[in-house]
Amino acid sequence: MEKAKGRKLSQSKRYNLTGWVFLTPAALLIAVFSFYPMIKCFIYSFQKGATFANMEWYGLNNYIRMFQDTVFMQSLKNTFVYFLIQVPIMLILALILASLLNNKDLKFKGFFRTAIFLPCATTLVSYAIIFRSLFSTDGFVNTILMKLGILDAPFAFLTNTTSARAIIILALVWRWTGYNMVFYLSGLQNIEYSVYEAAKIDGASPMQSFFHITIPLLKPTILLTAIMSTNGTLQLFDESVNLTNGGPANTSITMSHYIYDTTFKYVPNFGYSCAMSMLILILVGTLAFIQMKVGDKRD
Amino acid sequence: MKKKFLATLMIVAMSASMLAGCGSKGDAPADSAATDDAAATDDAAATNDAATTDDAAATDDAAASDEEQTITVWCWDPTFNIYAMETAGEYYAKDHPNVKVEVTETAWDDLQPMITNAASTGEISQLPDIILMQDNAFQKNAISYPDLFVDLTDSGIDFSQFAAGKLGYSTVGGKNYGVPFDNGAVIACYRTDILEQAGYTIDDLTDITWSRFEEISSDVQAKTGYYLLSERSGEADLLMMMLQSAGASLFDENGGVNIANNDVLKKVVETFNSMVKNNALLLTQQNWDEYIKSFNSGSAAGVINGCWIMGSIQAAEDQAGKWAITNMPKLDGVDGATNYSNNGGSSWAITSNCQNKDLAIDFLNSTFCGSVDFYGEILPKSGAIATWAPAAEADVYGEPSDFFGGDTVFTKIVDFATKTPANNTGVYYYEARNAVTTALTNIANGADIDSELANAQATVEQQMQ
Repeated sequence: MEKAKGRKLSQSKRYNLTGWVFLTPAALLIAVFSFYPMIKCFIYSFQKGATFANMEWYGLNNYIRMFQDTVFMQSLKNTFVYFLIQVPIMLILALILASLLNNKDLKFKGFFRTAIFLPCATTLVSYAIIFRSLFSTDGFVNTILMKLGILDAPFAFLTNTTSARAIIILALVWRWTGYNMVFYLSGLQNIEYSVYEAAKIDGASPMQSFFHITIPLLKPTILLTAIMSTNGTLQLFDESVNLTNGGPANTSITMSHYIYDTTFKYVPNFGYSCAMSMLILILVGTLAFIQMKVGDKRD
Repeated sequence: MKKKFLATLMIVAMSASMLAGCGSKGDAPADSAATDDAAATDDAAATNDAATTDDAAATDDAAASDEEQTITVWCWDPTFNIYAMETAGEYYAKDHPNVKVEVTETAWDDLQPMITNAASTGEISQLPDIILMQDNAFQKNAISYPDLFVDLTDSGIDFSQFAAGKLGYSTVGGKNYGVPFDNGAVIACYRTDILEQAGYTIDDLTDITWSRFEEISSDVQAKTGYYLLSERSGEADLLMMMLQSAGASLFDENGGVNIANNDVLKKVVETFNSMVKNNALLLTQQNWDEYIKSFNSGSAAGVINGCWIMGSIQAAEDQAGKWAITNMPKLDGVDGATNYSNNGGSSWAITSNCQNKDLAIDFLNSTFCGSVDFYGEILPKSGAIATWAPAAEADVYGEPSDFFGGDTVFTKIVDFATKTPANNTGVYYYEARNAVTTALTNIANGADIDSELANAQATVEQQMQ
C-alpha cells in the first residue's frame, strides 16, 4: 500500500517536472533576452556616461531631467494623441469588419479576410514610405483632390501638425486593423451560432445582438487587443521616423523616436535613454492594469 | 501497464530529443567561443605581423611583405565615396600588389549606430580599419570616445596642405584624427533660361546680398512662376549655410550654446522668413526626394547647397546647358559676412581596431593626401572635389562643364572653398540644429523670434547636461 502511495505522489511530481522541463527553454530565453536587458536598463537609468565601461551614478537626475525636457514632453503628448485617437478607431473598425465577415452567408469571405489582413504583412518602413509618397505634394492624394476640383494648389500634408498626425493615425489604422480583426474573427468562432438564432427568434435586431451578444462574449479578446494596441502605440517608432521625421517642429515625434535620437543621433546618453524607456514600461504597465481592471468584470 | 510503459517511453524520447536540442544550443556558444579564440589568435598573429613589418620597415624602408593584407573600409555612396575609395585601393595596389582594399557599403544612418554600439560597449573588434565620418559628427564621436580614432598628428601626413576650415572638423584638442576628403563648398546654381525670361543674367546674382536676392527672386517668381531657391521645411541646411557664411555658429569658443543672443542667427532667421513671405523661397515637404524634384522638374529654378548637389542637378539631362554656377548671397549688415559657406563633407578616420596602423596611414598618405593623379581620376566620375590643395593642379579641374554652360566649375568651387569661413560645429551640433529648426518652424507660424530662440537655447542647454 505504502509503496503504491509513494509511486502515485512521485508520478504527479513527475508530471510537474515534465511541465517544467518543457517550460525551461522558453523561460530561459525570455529571461536572458527580455528580463536581463530590462533589469540592466533599470540600473543604467540611474547612471550617466557614454561608454558602458565607465558609467557613473547619477541618482534620480535622469528622471528629473525627463520632466524638464520640452522635446520629450512634446513626444509624450504626441504619443498620447495617437493612442487616444487611433486605438479606439482601429478596434471599433476591426470589430465591425469582423462581425460583417463572420456572416456565414457571405460570399468570397476568404478573399475579404485576406485582403483586410494583408497590410500587416508589409514591412513598417516600406509602408511608411508609401504613405509618404501618397501624400507628397505631387503625390496620389493631391493629384486626385486637384482633379476633383477640391483643391486649387497642392496641400503640404506633412508640414502641417494636424494633417501630419492624421496621416500617421490613418497609416496605423490601415496597417493594424486587419491584424486585430483576425483576433476578433477567431473569438467569434467560439460563439455558438444558436445563440444568435435564439436572439433572432426572440425578435432581436442585428444591432441588439451585436451589442448584447457579440461584445460581451468577445470581451476577453477585446481586452487582449486593447492591451496589445496600447503597447504597440506607446512604442511607435517607424512611422514617426519615416513618414514625418518627427516634424513639423517635433509635433509628430514619438517617445521611441526621441529615445533613438538621444542614443544614436545626438551625443550618446544611455542613462537618459534608459530612463525614458523605463517610463514607457511604467506607462504600458499602468495602462494594461487599468484596462484589465475595467475590462475584467468577473467576480 | 502497456500504456504506462508507452507514456514513459515517449517522455524519455522527448526529453532526450530536448536534451539533444539543448545540447546543440549549448554547443553553439562554445563554437563561437572557439571562433573567438581563433580570431583572438589571428589578432595576436596580426599584431605580431604588424610588429615584424615594423621591424622590417625599420631595417629597409617600407619593404613590403609578400603577405596578403586587407584594409577594410566603411562608407556609404556607391557613386561617390565608395567609388573614390575603391579607386584609391587600385592606385595603392599598383605599388603594393599584396594590399587589398575592401569597402563595405554602410549608410550613414547605420554607420553612426554601429560606431556608438561598438565604442560604448568597448567591443570595437567589429569595426573596420577606416571609417568615413560626416564632418558634422566628427567632434561628437571623437570627444565622446577619445580612444576610438587613431591620432594622426605625427603620422607623417602633411596636414598643412588641407584647407584650414575643413581640417577644423577633424581636429580635437590640437590633434588631427581625420584625413579630410570631400568638399562641401556652397554653390548657387541658377537656370539661365528662366533668368533671361525675367530680364536678369547670372552676373546680377553674383556677389550680391540676401536682400538683393530676395528682390530678384520675388520678381522672377512674379514674372515666370519659378522660385530661385527651395528648401525642405523643417530642415536647417540653408540656415546653417547662411550662419557659417558669416563665420557664426550655434556655439561659442568654449562650447557653450550661443542661440538666444546670437545677432547673426537672428538676422538669418529674419532673412529666411522674409524670403518665405515674399515668394523668394519655396518650402517643400521635408523629405529629400521632394527637394530634388523641386528643381529637377518642379517650380524651382535655383539651388543653393554644398557642391555635391551638382550630381542631383545634372540628373535632369533635359536642362543641360541651362544652368550656371556662382557664389551664394551674403548677409546684410553683418560683420564678417561673406559669399561663401560650406554644407556637408566628410573625412576618413582610422579606428583603434586597425591592426596595421602604419599600412593604413601609408595608404591614405599616398592616395588621399599624396596623389594628384588619383584626384584627377575620381573627379569627373564622382564630382568629389578635393580639399587637398595640390589636387587642384590636376588638369581635369580646369576642364569646362557642358552642363553648366561651358564654365570651369571645378576651379570655381576650389576657389570658393578657400574663401569659406571656418565652422565651429561643437559636440552638440545635432541637438542645436534640431532645436533651431523647431524654433524656425514655430517662428514661421507666427511665434515671437526672441522667445523661440530663448526656448531653443534652453532646450539645448538642457540636453547638454
